[in-house]
Amino acid sequence: MTVEITRPDAPDAFVAVRDLRVHFPTEDGLVRSVDGLSFRLDRGRTLGIVGESGSGKSVTSLAVLGLHNRRTARISGEIWLDGEELVAAPPERVRALRGKKMAMIFQDPLSSMHPYYTVGAQIVEAYRIHNDVSRKVARKHAIEMLGRVGIPQPARRVDDYPHQFSGGMRQRAMIAMALSCDPELLIADEPTTALDVTVQAQILDLIRDLQRDFDTAVIVITHDLGVVAELADDVLVMYAGRAVEYGGADDLFERPEHPYAWGLLGSMPRLDREPAERLLPIRGTPPSLINVPPGCAFHPRCAYCELTGGLSTTEVPPLTETAGGHLVACHLAPEKRREIWENDVRPTLESR
Amino acid sequence: MLRFIVRRLLLLIPVLWGLSVALFLWVRALPGSPAQALLGERATPEKIRQIEIALGLDQPLYVQYWRFLEKALRFDFGTSIQSSRPVVEEMGRRFPATIELGVTALLIAVLIGIPVGYFAARRHGTWLDQLSVSASLVGITIPVFFLAYMLRYVFANQLGWLPNTGRQEARMLDVEHPTGFYVLDAIVTGNGPALSDALLHLVLPAVTLATIPLAIIARITRAAVLDVLNEDYVRTAEAKGLTARTITRRHVLRNAMLPVSTTIGLQFGLLMSGAILTETAFAFEGVGKFVAQAIPSRDYATLQGFILVIAALFVLINLLVDISYGLIDPRVRVR
Ligand SMILES: Nc1ncnc2c1ncn2[C@@H]1O[C@H](COP(=O)(O)OP(=O)(O)OP(=O)(O)O)[C@@H](O)[C@H]1O
Ligand code: SF4
Ligand SMILES: [Mg+2]
Repeated sequence: MTVEITRPDAPDAFVAVRDLRVHFPTEDGLVRSVDGLSFRLDRGRTLGIVGESGSGKSVTSLAVLGLHNRRTARISGEIWLDGEELVAAPPERVRALRGKKMAMIFQDPLSSMHPYYTVGAQIVEAYRIHNDVSRKVARKHAIEMLGRVGIPQPARRVDDYPHQFSGGMRQRAMIAMALSCDPELLIADEPTTALDVTVQAQILDLIRDLQRDFDTAVIVITHDLGVVAELADDVLVMYAGRAVEYGGADDLFERPEHPYAWGLLGSMPRLDREPAERLLPIRGTPPSLINVPPGCAFHPRCAYCELTGGLSTTEVPPLTETAGGHLVACHLAPEKRREIWENDVRPTLESR
Repeated sequence: MLRFIVRRLLLLIPVLWGLSVALFLWVRALPGSPAQALLGERATPEKIRQIEIALGLDQPLYVQYWRFLEKALRFDFGTSIQSSRPVVEEMGRRFPATIELGVTALLIAVLIGIPVGYFAARRHGTWLDQLSVSASLVGITIPVFFLAYMLRYVFANQLGWLPNTGRQEARMLDVEHPTGFYVLDAIVTGNGPALSDALLHLVLPAVTLATIPLAIIARITRAAVLDVLNEDYVRTAEAKGLTARTITRRHVLRNAMLPVSTTIGLQFGLLMSGAILTETAFAFEGVGKFVAQAIPSRDYATLQGFILVIAALFVLINLLVDISYGLIDPRVRVR
């Protein structure tokens, strides 16, 4: 049974998330991992979601794929994929879309692949869920996919187990598995974090090439702005389960307006410097998601909090447009933010 | 793999040899002697001396051990003084009984324990889970004798549904037993009434013997499934769009089976000690009962022979478990 949902308010974007909330009731209290998140993404484009550890990036991506346990997670809002709403859709419908229409690459390819099955068997399995073909045909397809992601001698390596692959090859194999059914949306959650720097660059190149070939919409999740700079067309900066800045990659790297985004840029590793000089860390630690600070969740760590006349500690700043398609959630006046960036922050970052 | 098996089998030789020495010394360290146990009240120094000469117990220890070893290598363990029959003949009668009982008990334990553990894990934190956890605790702690008499009282004495003791009814005495496995014999000879008789006699002892392993297997399965459900590769399987049933079958259970198969291997010792109590409680003529009686009768030959064979079985079963590791987990196979 296929439920065709055509609603008058269906968005025109290929992927549209509206006011997504994912909360987990726990013994310590309600964990608000994602709290009112909205974004959109078109085919062939890449959205980068950045934020520190615990900001809700993975919870967001799992929500899109419908992978949260419905007994432990409370999910509300809307997730639209190609005109179909997924939050309210029957689980069986979302399952049928998983792997076929939307697929995911996980952070750690060793633990994310099943240790007891060959790489080929795992790709074959992924392919045959959604394609009614014989094992032999699926195997040929698996070999083809492995070749496509740059595994040498794919016809031989297809029968290897994951532990016989190197880290970079495993991630390539994961990508082959995710792309085996030609998904239209690919979510990559920290796809390069577990890899060393040279391999990282190769994997990013691979994702970009494949995206071009398949015209896939890609969401890349990371805490590494370098990855975002490499891949993303649009960037969403998350803090404590909310978007604090959202815009084109140019906006974010050239004209960032949120103090937290400035902090992220400052803590971006610079390969041309000594390791000790590279980082300009954001002071303090990410907030608890059970007791999120009132007002702007970033205020305990923000150097400009006093400039808003107490507003930062009492009212949640709404995400509002500052220029064409560039949205920021901060109580500082836009002119003030631009002034601080140009006169204060940018010179410091560049002089490092 | 083959080299691994051969190496493990070769390792069996020093293990069994060491055990044979220890056993040999242990039975002789038991207070009293076979002659005394045999003669009881009628024991006089001359009679005891006569019997000891007949049994070769007057010789120095190393001579006795050498004789024992020489015969044991030809699979001859001497004569049981309990039954005056060759120990090997007693083995042929009693091992089938205990193996039949043990295998049935293990089947019950596995076929119930694994699903119970699995569903408890799937319903983690619900009352069903808690119920299974407490029930398994009861299963582990309940004394075997108590359980045996309770079951006999309710199902044999009160309800009369199942036979009280033994392996077969008196009217079945003339049934043929080519292998000594009564269930198998009845199937081979196509004897329907004998089959149902043998099965009915197995129910209560097997359930009694199964209780502890069942509870342990259920707990281990539950813990193992909970572990595996949290693994990243299970999430990957979900992300591929596999159905919950396929994920269980292909991605969860196979991994959870590793700790479970270890437990089953280790249960063998537990099963043997449980068999002594169970067979005694149900007058079930198996290894356990015979070995238990061999201790008060100072039946050296029986103790040495039976315990050696049991030890060899123990080692072989754990070898099978190790081989199953290799079959389940390719990462073990490579090494
Ligand atoms: N099932 C759950 N139950 C309770 N809390 C959860 C659950 N899943 C995630 N959380 C919490 O939600 C918050 C956000 O987690 P998430 O994994 O999305 O962070 P992240 O942004 O991906 O961080 P990282 O960079 O470390 O991967 C964390 O504080 C986490 O503890
Ligand atoms: S709203 Fe206030 S506290 Fe939050 S980022 Fe802006 S200035 Fe800092
Ligand atoms: Mg994450």
